[in-house]
Amino acid sequence: MAYPYVSDKEVRILSKHFGDPKQRQIDTYVERGGYKSLEKALAMGPDDIVEVVKASGLRGRGGAGFPTGIKWSFMPKEATKPHYLVCNADESEPGTFKDRELIRWDPHQLIEGCLIGAHAIRAQHVYIYCRGEFFETTQVLARALEDAYAKGYVGENILGSGHTIDVTVHAGAGAYICGEETGLMNSLEGRRGEPRIKPPFPAAVGAFGKPSTINNVETLCAIPHIVQNGGEWYRQYGTEKSPGTKLFCVSGHVNKPGNYELPLGFPLIELIEDVCGGMKDGNALKAVIPGGSSVPLINAEEARACKLDYEGCVEVGTMLGCASVIVMDETADIVKQVRRMVDFYAHESCGQCTPCREGTSWTAQILRRIESGKGTEDDLDTLMEMTQNMVGTTICVLSDSVAAPVQSSIEKFRDEYLALIRRGERVGAA
Amino acid sequence: MAVTLTIDGHEVTVPKGTTILEAAKTIGQEVPHYCYHPGMSSPAMCRLCLVEIEGAPKPMPGCVTTVMDGQVVHTQSDNAKANRKGVLEFYLVNHPLDCPICDMSGECNLQDYVHAEGRDSGRSREPKRVFGRDDFGGDVLFYGDRCVMCTRCVRFMSEVEQDARLTVVDRGNRSVIDTFFEEGLDGTNWHGNIVDICPVGALVSKDFLHKARAWDLDHTPSICTSCSQGCNIDLHTRDNLIQRLKPRENLDVNGWWMCDHGRENYEWINRGDRIEAPLVRDGNGGSQAVDWKPALGALLGKAEGAGSVKAVASSSASNEDLGLLRALVEELGGGDTVYRSARADDEIVLKGFPSLARRKDLAANTAGADLIGLERAGNDDATGGLESVASHDGVLVVLGDALEDQDADFGKNAGLYVFLGSHESEAATHAHFVLPVTTFAEQEGTFTNVAGRVQRFWPGLDAPGMARPAWLILGALVAELTETDGPRSAAEAFNALATGVPAFSGMSYDDIGTRGAVVNEPVSLSGD
Repeated sequence: MAYPYVSDKEVRILSKHFGDPKQRQIDTYVERGGYKSLEKALAMGPDDIVEVVKASGLRGRGGAGFPTGIKWSFMPKEATKPHYLVCNADESEPGTFKDRELIRWDPHQLIEGCLIGAHAIRAQHVYIYCRGEFFETTQVLARALEDAYAKGYVGENILGSGHTIDVTVHAGAGAYICGEETGLMNSLEGRRGEPRIKPPFPAAVGAFGKPSTINNVETLCAIPHIVQNGGEWYRQYGTEKSPGTKLFCVSGHVNKPGNYELPLGFPLIELIEDVCGGMKDGNALKAVIPGGSSVPLINAEEARACKLDYEGCVEVGTMLGCASVIVMDETADIVKQVRRMVDFYAHESCGQCTPCREGTSWTAQILRRIESGKGTEDDLDTLMEMTQNMVGTTICVLSDSVAAPVQSSIEKFRDEYLALIRRGERVGAA
Repeated sequence: MAVTLTIDGHEVTVPKGTTILEAAKTIGQEVPHYCYHPGMSSPAMCRLCLVEIEGAPKPMPGCVTTVMDGQVVHTQSDNAKANRKGVLEFYLVNHPLDCPICDMSGECNLQDYVHAEGRDSGRSREPKRVFGRDDFGGDVLFYGDRCVMCTRCVRFMSEVEQDARLTVVDRGNRSVIDTFFEEGLDGTNWHGNIVDICPVGALVSKDFLHKARAWDLDHTPSICTSCSQGCNIDLHTRDNLIQRLKPRENLDVNGWWMCDHGRENYEWINRGDRIEAPLVRDGNGGSQAVDWKPALGALLGKAEGAGSVKAVASSSASNEDLGLLRALVEELGGGDTVYRSARADDEIVLKGFPSLARRKDLAANTAGADLIGLERAGNDDATGGLESVASHDGVLVVLGDALEDQDADFGKNAGLYVFLGSHESEAATHAHFVLPVTTFAEQEGTFTNVAGRVQRFWPGLDAPGMARPAWLILGALVAELTETDGPRSAAEAFNALATGVPAFSGMSYDDIGTRGAVVNEPVSLSGD
């Protein structure tokens, strides 16, 4: 037993040193084989690195699951303008806490991944955009970066290779929408954190108007391992379409909530009952949100059939997202949970697009009224239809994220809404 | 490079890079929109212009999606309409629906779109968000509750005027347009345009506040007379009074914009202290109203043998007025005709549309006066320069210049002093004949702007009493002297000018139309 909880089902590659404060020290990191991948990568051509990552099948860990190697290959081959690698460390999705842990426990792993990524896309500057509320995390990272500069792993002529890559740690000001890649770039540039219209895509016009690639922390943390061991090695874990390991952030009514690194395709029910030590107080499972609050919730039956990879989640009508598994037992009040999520989105909507600006807060208002016992059955129809008008009609997908929990909860837990509407009865107390 | 696509079943060919929204205009199909404005960048945030494109996974914003060969676009399909209906419902969730007391009512895009495509009744039962009202400074009041957050005003100030005085404060449903601290819009020169481009009643003009309902206003195309730029405008009139001036789109002159100085310059037209009848004066304070025929007959009688001619004209008189003034001076034996015009120290350029500026020369037709052969006189504040005119002992004709810097002795030695004006003047005390003329708002005609563009204007007001256009009066006098027919219309007066003045040769009044036409020689204002 170590780091709050561990399980023998885990395959700890990225999270191997979670719980060990020594890993933050650059000497320990190097002693344990750190920055060897960087050395190897700098001796390779950028396109060769992209090929290795392509071969590994690594998919973006920020939520969308887009293949990382292919994303990198969109970058221009000739660096006629500066290229930028931007690391998205604005981890704000309710239920998600993996990037924070990756940075806190193993900051050099991320820095090494960033440097390799930058070399692969011919960038000489990396921006790591940290969530504004991550004070400790940002400090740990900044200190590690200082050490890495001092030892010559970052900056001019890295390890005598002739390559120069600088890294800047930038703290956001605390806005969920700045985790959206184009909103992040706007914020990085000092503008309002508002997503941009695509096209143009970041590989053409990104940060500061230059070709840019944006990768999640966990994605970049996997890179040193893939470069060191090869694409085939990575593919031994996970499934054909979703290779590799993934950090699962489990929260809610389980006995051992926490971060678990598991091969993709791991059964959700085994995660809950085995890895996490089963349901708290032996209560019955009611619902799971497997990918962070933006994805549709599933009921117990669907959860039992769910395999935790990108395809498996779609099969049961939800998404893997960033693998933030929120588990709810029979005591959970679904209407309240959904209302709280919608409140979050209403608070975090940037306000550009009308369906999101007006729709998120209107949805929250209706849910609040239903919660207070003043709802009507018509409200449910209004919610279903109105939230549908928020799907696919906006610049980014924040408003889609409201539709997902609202619609799925009304479909799957209509009884709970009706109990409130008809009899003023609340289910559960959580 | 041209691109051919299909919009609502019509094949359309437009230049590469055209947006779907603009391409749809070519078949007369307006795609509803708020945030898009052709004169500014497109944030594609109002989400009203979403159209269906065959093969696209989701609806695309017509304002930023550019055309592609073979594209099949539907702006009126069930999906496109359903989307607009949905978005319009969102707009009304927090809108106060205070149309009965809103100045925008009747010309409001929210009203129009909801009437056309919105739901019959709203579903929101929740309390509405309240922002209240704010004085943005300048001529602008902000009614936050009516705002649709299109950010046109913010973008106008930052991109077009390039003096970023407005911003969006807060986020999400708390987003609101605001000024920086207490700075507001005071001291900016183009802020009236944000009232024009606000698609709803969120930004309203203090000057126009609760003055008239939009549907009671008549719109007459005209030209701003506040400087030599010649901004195309509309006179908005009701009860024979100008209620406000609005810019009229003309990309060759003013785009969609006009300056605040021009916008404010109309009250003198409404003032009411007009000369309404021809007056015959005896030089001792006696003044008698007479009919036109006896007045002109007596004038011509007195003109005979009265000596050489000197004339002063306003450079805001029309080309036709000035042309016939020159003709009259010729027929009376010839002489100097001068004009005076005020010159500002600097131009005020609209940075985001740099061909538009409040020009240094503050008269509407200075270029026309130069081309017609008038000489500039006096100072840059339009005073002085009339010493030899004031004491002239022959024939003296004044057209339109109110001579505010001159005293009652002006013209007292003249053998014949004719004063054609819209308003009385102390300097007309010794005039033998005071003849009432119409303002540009009451007559037809043309001005020549600083770039040599001849532009037409139309009458939006009835003339007071017996006032007539100066070209008609002067034309009648010339006709009598030459025993020919005088011009019966402004068109005839202009076409005569096109025959007599080289710069205008080959031009025709009809061809000038509503867009204007450029004279055929280079123009530079004398004294510049």
